[in-house]
Amino acid sequence: MALLRIDAATVRFGDRAALDGVDLDVTAHETVCVLGPSGSGKSTLLRAVAGLQPLDGGRILLDGADQAGTPPHRRGVGLMFQDHQLFPQRDVGGNVAFGPRMHRVPRDLRERRVAELLDLVGLPGAAQRAVGTLSGGEQQRVALARALAPEPRLLMLDEPLGQLDRSLRERLVVELRQLFGRLGTTVLAVTHDQGEAFALADRVVVMQDGRIAQSGTPLEVWQRPDSEFVARFLGFDAVTDGVVSGGVAVTDWGKLPVPDGTPEGPARVLVRPPGVLLGPADEGLLCEVRARTFRGGRVAVILGVVGAERGPQLEAECTLRDAPAEGDRIGVTFDPAEVVVLHR
Amino acid sequence: MDVDRPVAPAGPATAAPTSPRPRRSPGRATAVRLALAALPLAFFAVFFAYPVGAIVARGLHQGGRWRPGVVGDVLGDPSIRHVLWFTCWQAAASTALTLAVALPGAYVFARLDFPGKHLLRAVVTVPFVLPTVVAGSAFLALLGRGGFTDSLLGFRLDTSVWAILIAHVFFNYAVVVRTVGGLWAQLDPRQEEAARMLGAGRFAAWRRVTLPALGPAVAAAALMVFLFTFTSFGVIQILGGPTRSTLEVEIYRQTAELLDLPTAAVLTLLQLAAVAAILGVHAWTVRRREATLRLVDAARTAHRPRGAERVLLAGVLAVVALLILLPLGVLVARSFDGPNGYGLDFYRALASTDGSGDGGTFLVSPLETVWNSLRYAAVATVIALAVGALAATALVRRAGRLMRGFDALLMLPLGTSAVTVGFGFLITLDKPPLDLRDSWLLVPLAQALVGVPFVVRVVLPVLRAVDDRLREAAAVLGASPLRVWREVELPLVARAMGIAAGFAFAVSLGEFGATVFIARPDSPTLPVAVARLLGRAGEMNYGQAMALSTILMAVCAASLLVLETAWRRRGDGRRITDATGEF
Repeated sequence: MALLRIDAATVRFGDRAALDGVDLDVTAHETVCVLGPSGSGKSTLLRAVAGLQPLDGGRILLDGADQAGTPPHRRGVGLMFQDHQLFPQRDVGGNVAFGPRMHRVPRDLRERRVAELLDLVGLPGAAQRAVGTLSGGEQQRVALARALAPEPRLLMLDEPLGQLDRSLRERLVVELRQLFGRLGTTVLAVTHDQGEAFALADRVVVMQDGRIAQSGTPLEVWQRPDSEFVARFLGFDAVTDGVVSGGVAVTDWGKLPVPDGTPEGPARVLVRPPGVLLGPADEGLLCEVRARTFRGGRVAVILGVVGAERGPQLEAECTLRDAPAEGDRIGVTFDPAEVVVLHR
Repeated sequence: MDVDRPVAPAGPATAAPTSPRPRRSPGRATAVRLALAALPLAFFAVFFAYPVGAIVARGLHQGGRWRPGVVGDVLGDPSIRHVLWFTCWQAAASTALTLAVALPGAYVFARLDFPGKHLLRAVVTVPFVLPTVVAGSAFLALLGRGGFTDSLLGFRLDTSVWAILIAHVFFNYAVVVRTVGGLWAQLDPRQEEAARMLGAGRFAAWRRVTLPALGPAVAAAALMVFLFTFTSFGVIQILGGPTRSTLEVEIYRQTAELLDLPTAAVLTLLQLAAVAAILGVHAWTVRRREATLRLVDAARTAHRPRGAERVLLAGVLAVVALLILLPLGVLVARSFDGPNGYGLDFYRALASTDGSGDGGTFLVSPLETVWNSLRYAAVATVIALAVGALAATALVRRAGRLMRGFDALLMLPLGTSAVTVGFGFLITLDKPPLDLRDSWLLVPLAQALVGVPFVVRVVLPVLRAVDDRLREAAAVLGASPLRVWREVELPLVARAMGIAAGFAFAVSLGEFGATVFIARPDSPTLPVAVARLLGRAGEMNYGQAMALSTILMAVCAASLLVLETAWRRRGDGRRITDATGEF
């Protein structure tokens, strides 16, 4: 049975639906990341589960029990706020001990747990520090320790790494994943950063305008985005119109092989960057290199199709050494495994 | 990379993302708010509106019918017109002078770091809560006959209008420093830096970026100073001489000396209308001040003075020394400068009841009035805290027009003639069901009336600054709503309540205009005793007045200083401090 079951949850602000019939299950020890642009209803979803936002429709069940009418402090879930919301008048230890204190944990046990948790998040001995003296990364760690301290059955994180800089974020996301694995915590996190979501989650849920657009393992979502919205949100812009017939899609880019069983008829077709193979100019579709951007050790090559300058651009990936220069003309062939027919 | 630089917790005014709030039924929220507002409203109705209304009615309702014609008669009187003219121009001049002197101070206290800054900030606040009687006598000792400048430099200012203006600057310096400086300290310096990168010079950047942002705060501070000087009483009473009189002093004269109630009633109404207008404009500027500004933690904007700023700092310190420390110092010095050389003669004389030579005697010794004052002020503080805290809680949510009116109403006693209030108490609270004529409670009630606005001013910004999500964070960690209030709100507000208590206590201690009417002859308060001593001839009486004023000042300063440092002891209190102390 799912630890958390969200059943057709609906929240309206005025005539706008922030959540529009959302269904979502989270099983014990699972880490689920809700991903979406700002305004897609992610934070509202967390607030609804926490009991901070009343539902206009649907149900929220924890361990099978309907939570309607249960106030936030009796739900046994933890929520780490976007900007941490540490209590300014308490020191680090006082912040972490707050939850156990509310649950009447005896003092000695409480103190031990505070020390353990501060060790766990990498701030040993910081209990006496004032929260005003903490750096952004340290605040984030304290907020995490505070959220874990009452041992919530479900831990929710709202943009947990949102305000930190890139290198720190990348380090912390790995730490978080290892930590949750070790503790067996059930986690529902919200982020607008796909890298963060894919690194942290067992399962990714993409939201669009208060609805769930797609749900699956990070690999599934990454490799097979369901819709053009999801594809573009993940940064895949090489999408064009096509007509599927007899195992190929006829597009501006020529005939693209499509997976078996693709329904026939007009469709939107995506080619993911690894499926765009670069070759000599006399082979395949003639393209011109419009721009190059560096991503770590790889280069993303933006290609314009020669003769269709106004059409959608293609994106390819290659190593630094193999990257063509801006303005080069090359031939492009496609790998059928990376061609995705999107649902309309 | 600046990741590991300390990040300030989201300050009271950092633009908090608007999170959708759980909606409650609007009816219930209004009901709760009205219930909270009920006690303050009743308090003001019974102890402010009723006495003031009654005394005005008595003045205008003579011989069985209303006489609106009195208004014309009074306003046509050239001597009254002279009073009106003087009231307005001295208030305008005092305000301009205060701004000119205190604005550099606001900058120095907001943006520069120097040793002893916090102590000095507390010190400049002392005059604001100082009884006007004490300040008046301090300036008399400084500028008057046989005073500091007379004996040392050979000039006297006590008969010139300058004494009044300087005393008004002395009083209101802190209003400008705290109101303008409080905001200045939180303005993001990078805004000015951005302007300079776009080609603006140092001064142009200040004028185009900082000044417009400060504008509303300067206007609010100026209006407050105008209000305080427009209704000035004690200073004018002591330093004004026979020819200079403000409305407030004239109301006192008409009521207490000439027993001309109709004239007093018209003047009271006139003053109420003027004060209401000032408060209206003030409320408007305060709302504009809440407009979106980029605010940062005040602790991060101050820097060590460099270059020309050192000169500025030296100048401000010199002004503070001359304007604030010197008068207080002279007052203290005079209190020890007895007939037999320096010593405690005047202080010893305070313990006896005989009026020292000129025949008059006191029912109680002046020293006993210290004890009376402390008792009264303590009770007044409790009342002011209860009424003010309830009012602030009712006002904390962004409210409609009705509640804003309530907000302004709370400030009204600050600008109403204390004499009117005091005399109104006498004629209204003397019959059942509210027969308080013989009750000692009358004095603290009148004093609480002036304490409440301070409590509201101090507590309200702090209550408003408590982030809703802080409450939510506590709830998610398992705290019930009552527990949330106790764990989150109370610790933050408790400190503000402490500060508010300090202000309320100090102003109650110094309240003179109303108390002089209603304090029973056998239990006068300290300021009343000071005024009596000053009203008598003779070196001994004068010296005793100085000694008693020194005691009063010490008690006021101590109550303020204890609270200024108490909430500073913990580093995290700073942003609360900066949110408070605006008037």
